[in-house]
Formats: sequence, structure tokens, C-alpha cells
Amino acid sequence: MGVCENLSDEDWITSTHRPHGHAIAKGVSLDAMMAELFARTTGCVGGYGGSMHVGDPAVGALPAIAIVGGNAPIAAGMALALKMRKSRHVVCCFHGDGAVNEGAYHEGVNMAAIWDLPVVFICENNQYGASTPVAQVTRLERLADRARGYGIPGITIDGMDVLAVYEAVGMAVARARRGEGPMIVECETYRYCGHSRSDTRGYRAREEEARWRERDPILNLGRRLVEAGLFTDQDLADWDQSVQDELDRAVQFAMASPEPDPRDCLSHVHVEQGW
Amino acid sequence: MSIAQVETRKMSIAEALRETIREEMARDERVFCLGEDIGIKGGFGGAFTVTLGLSEQFGHERILDTPIAEAGIVGVAVGAALMGMRPIADVQYADFLFCAMDQIVNQMAKMRYMSGGKVKVPMVLRAPCGATTRGAQHSQSPESFFNHLPGIWVACPSTAYDAAGLLRTAIRCDDPVLFFEHKKLYGSKGMRAEKGALSPIGEVPQEDYTIPFGKGVIRREGTDVTIVARLLMVYKALEAARLLESEGLSCEVIDPRTMVPFDTELVVESVRKTNRLVIVDECNRTGGWAGDVAAEIQERAFGSLDAPILRVTAPDTPVPFAPIMERFYVPDEHRVAHAVREVLKWR
Repeated sequence: MGVCENLSDEDWITSTHRPHGHAIAKGVSLDAMMAELFARTTGCVGGYGGSMHVGDPAVGALPAIAIVGGNAPIAAGMALALKMRKSRHVVCCFHGDGAVNEGAYHEGVNMAAIWDLPVVFICENNQYGASTPVAQVTRLERLADRARGYGIPGITIDGMDVLAVYEAVGMAVARARRGEGPMIVECETYRYCGHSRSDTRGYRAREEEARWRERDPILNLGRRLVEAGLFTDQDLADWDQSVQDELDRAVQFAMASPEPDPRDCLSHVHVEQGW
Repeated sequence: MSIAQVETRKMSIAEALRETIREEMARDERVFCLGEDIGIKGGFGGAFTVTLGLSEQFGHERILDTPIAEAGIVGVAVGAALMGMRPIADVQYADFLFCAMDQIVNQMAKMRYMSGGKVKVPMVLRAPCGATTRGAQHSQSPESFFNHLPGIWVACPSTAYDAAGLLRTAIRCDDPVLFFEHKKLYGSKGMRAEKGALSPIGEVPQEDYTIPFGKGVIRREGTDVTIVARLLMVYKALEAARLLESEGLSCEVIDPRTMVPFDTELVVESVRKTNRLVIVDECNRTGGWAGDVAAEIQERAFGSLDAPILRVTAPDTPVPFAPIMERFYVPDEHRVAHAVREVLKWR
């Protein structure tokens, strides 16, 4: 949310194999996303993509790219197109801590840097690549320090503080809009759940998880809103309930939606059908 | 306009590609080129001179020199294409496609499908292939890898006329097109000329023509055997047909011009007449394009075949360097002629 609040529908995001939060923040319909998870024809990508490829070009969310680091050169290319058209719009490329060790990431960020492209690389450092701790796969304490190697600015911020993210990305986006080129914004955060459903998280301590949960960005934002007198506890409870209702409706929508015809798998391979 | 009224120019394939890019860039401002060493002043204009001089006309924003970073080149082209541009990306040697395999296979080819048809990737990826005494990493014919990849079209012109017409189709196509160019057919000049190249010069009409994908041509008509061949192998097949003519044998030579889509109908029709098929391919044998064509044709025309379908391909080895070994590695007219004589033993 802290990232996408800085963007309009004409600004773009590229996302990852864990795209759901990005898509919601960018405005992809919850109903259509849920239907995609349920593999229905009303899914945001018609049941062709699934959980790892949600998105909607109509709101500037490129259907997500599930190869780690694979979206970096593509985000650079999208930004190149914006720059060639002299547009003031920007691309935010979400990626994880794992991506910074991928070759494609290096090539994409470097090209964005040499051509001053309007793209911001949002590094969600959630401390683990699947089960592997980030400290085991890089000598850097701050992944944003990679930016120096590309000759661009990089900052590391508290990714558990939505207002800090909003502010830092706002600055990076404004810079990109002014034609001053890319930045890496590293957001230190945590993946509460396992890498996948079968992951029992045997590689880390429950105490560590509890410490990160104390910093939960949603609970903390709520607390701050109440402390500032902008919200009451009841307002927060109502808000939670309205979110739950919206999700319930999305599930109902998805379950009521039709499944694709098996032969639909033959469509959408190409645009051109005429030869 | 009748054909008689159209002016033609004699051109090499490199020139035909260059002029087509020039015309398309002038016609459509969304078209631009990116690649290594394509526009540097005083440079070569791409590894084989195809983009020579274009940066002077269109500037360095539209003839965009890149770092040596093939995954980046393809990925940037995919991103720009997603946003409605029409990039022509260039890897200096087809061998380097492998450096960009994720971007080609997982991104470029699948982006439309996994978006449920919501996005398109209108781009061309040009790749010079073929054995030219550069050894195992600058001489490959990797086309077969991409024959297996849904989501792209694959073009392989063997004449200047086809190079221009197919490239025009590729640039205007809404899908990604992988465009293979054979190094021994370019006709690149000066220091970039290839030793031992055929470099056919052909008539190219000065008009805005396109060649639809999936429509092969009969390069030579014949009645005894059908030979299917692409790129440089078209010329080896034609040479074999000339050798065999003196033995009283009549070969029909088909150039499919695109691998994907493949003009199965044209080959089936020809095999119904000749009852014999030989496929010539510079790709390695196992899992290659030639085997795929053989399978397709036996499924479609088994009843018409009087002999097993034979493949004449490169052996299952990397491309060797020593010219004497390379000459053995690349199928030549004598191996093609031998295969034709073999299939004609089945009466």
C-alpha cells in the first residue's frame, strides 16, 4: 500500500510469485483475483495464470512474473517505453531479497541506470529466500547497497511502517518522474507464513517470528490512527469487518463463477490467427 | 499495380533487412532497434552490418546500443513491447539466445498466455545462426530449441526477397517473432564479410509487400523426391538437385520460410506427388526440427510414402572449429544427394 498510494492507474507495477498484496494495492478487483485463485473464467487473467500471475493491465498491474528477478529487465523496458513517449508515468518493480542475486536483475537494473529510466525497484527483504536466510547468500548487510554498484541511489527503510514506505517511495517516484532515473528502495520486512503451504518453518525460531509480528504494519497503523484520535477502536473493528465482508463476497463470486472449458487451454497462445 | 511496374533493386540479405528496418522505422515511430554494437559511431552496425548507418538517420534513442547483456536486451524489449512499442532486438550470435533463455521462454513467449490474452508482446528478436568456423559458441544452429516453444513465431529467410517480406510481417505482427538469419547468406561487406559465404543477391521490389507466415515456396519443381530445407540448407538442396539431374533424377525443393507456423500442406501435397521425402537441417539430429517434420508428414501422408523419410542433419556434436571438421559437420550437397539416392532405392 505504501508503494502503490504513490501511483495512478497509468503508472505500472511489476510483481512476483507472491503478488496478491501488490495487486490489491494497485486496484485489481478482489472478485477477479479470488476467481483467478479458484481457476474460474471470471478470474483476472481468465484462469490462464493462477495465483502467481494475477494482475490487470487496466489498472497498471502487469500480470505478475513468477521467475525470481525476471521482472527487472521487463520493468526497465516498460520504463523505456514511457521515457521514449515522454510520459511522466513510472514503473515500480517489486522484488524480493532473492532477486538481487539473479543475473537478470543485475542486467535490468543496470540498463535502467544507464538510461535514467523512470523505474523504482522495491526490494521487499523478508529475510528468507524460501528457507535460506538472506545473510547466507550475500555479504551485504543492506541490499540497497547494491545500488552503488549501478551508480544509482539506494535506501533501506522500515518496511513494517507503511507511512515510512509511502514517504520513501514517494520521493523515489517523484525523482523518477522528473527524469532523474531509478532507485532501489529496500523495505525490511518479514514473511510470517512459510514459503508455501507445505513449509513448516523448521529453519527459524518462533521467537523471531513473534518479534516481527510485534511490528505488524497493519496493527501498528491502527494503533497510530487511534492514538492520533483519527479512528476509534470501534472504527478499526468495523474496518476489519468490512474487509472480511469484501473477501467473503469475493469467495462467493468465485465459487459461483463458471470453470473454463478444457479446450480453452488452446486459446491465447498467439494474437495472430490468420496464417 | 502489376509486377512489371514495380521497380526492383538488387540486394543482399543484409541490405534487404537494413532497408526494411529503415522503411518500417520511418513508417511507424513505435519501431526501434536495440542490441550490442548496433549504432555506435565508427562501429560495425551490428555484428553483420544489418543496422549500419541507421543511427545517423534515426538517432541513438531509436538505434539503442546496449550493454553486453542478452537477458536484459530481451527483457527490455518485452517490457517495451508490452507498453505498445515495436522493438527489434538483436543478439549478435544466435548462440547468445541461451544467455536470455528465461526472458525468451518464460517471459516473451508466455506473457500473453498467462495474462489470459490481456497483453501482447509485438517484438522481433533477430539471431544470426550457422556454422562459420567460429567454433562451438559462435556457430550454432539452435532453431530447433525454439520450434518447441509455444507462443512465438519463427522465421528463417533464405533470400533477400523473403528476408524483406518476412521481416516486414514480423515487425507488424502482434506476437513475438524469432527471426533467424544465416551468417553465410547475409552478404555482409568489408571486414564483416564471411569467408565461404554464399551471400545470394536477389531482386527486392521497391514496394510495401509482406509475406504471410506459414507459406512455404517450391524453389525447384520435381517429380521423384521432395527435399525440405531451410536457410543455407536450401542452397545445399538445390545444388544436390542439380547434381542429381545429370543422373536423370528430378527433385522438388521446398523452402518453408517459417518454421512456426510450418507449411505442412505444401509438403504433404508435394509428397503425394513424389512419394519420397528428405529433410535437410543444420541443427543437431536428435530432438531436432527435421525429426519433427518427419513425424508430422508420416502422420499426414503415410499412405503416399514409398520409402522411409530420411534426415540429413548435423551430427549430435557441438560445432567443431577446424574447417575440415566443420565441412564434415554441416550437411552438404553430396550428403543430400546420397540420401536422395537412398530413398529412391525403394521402388
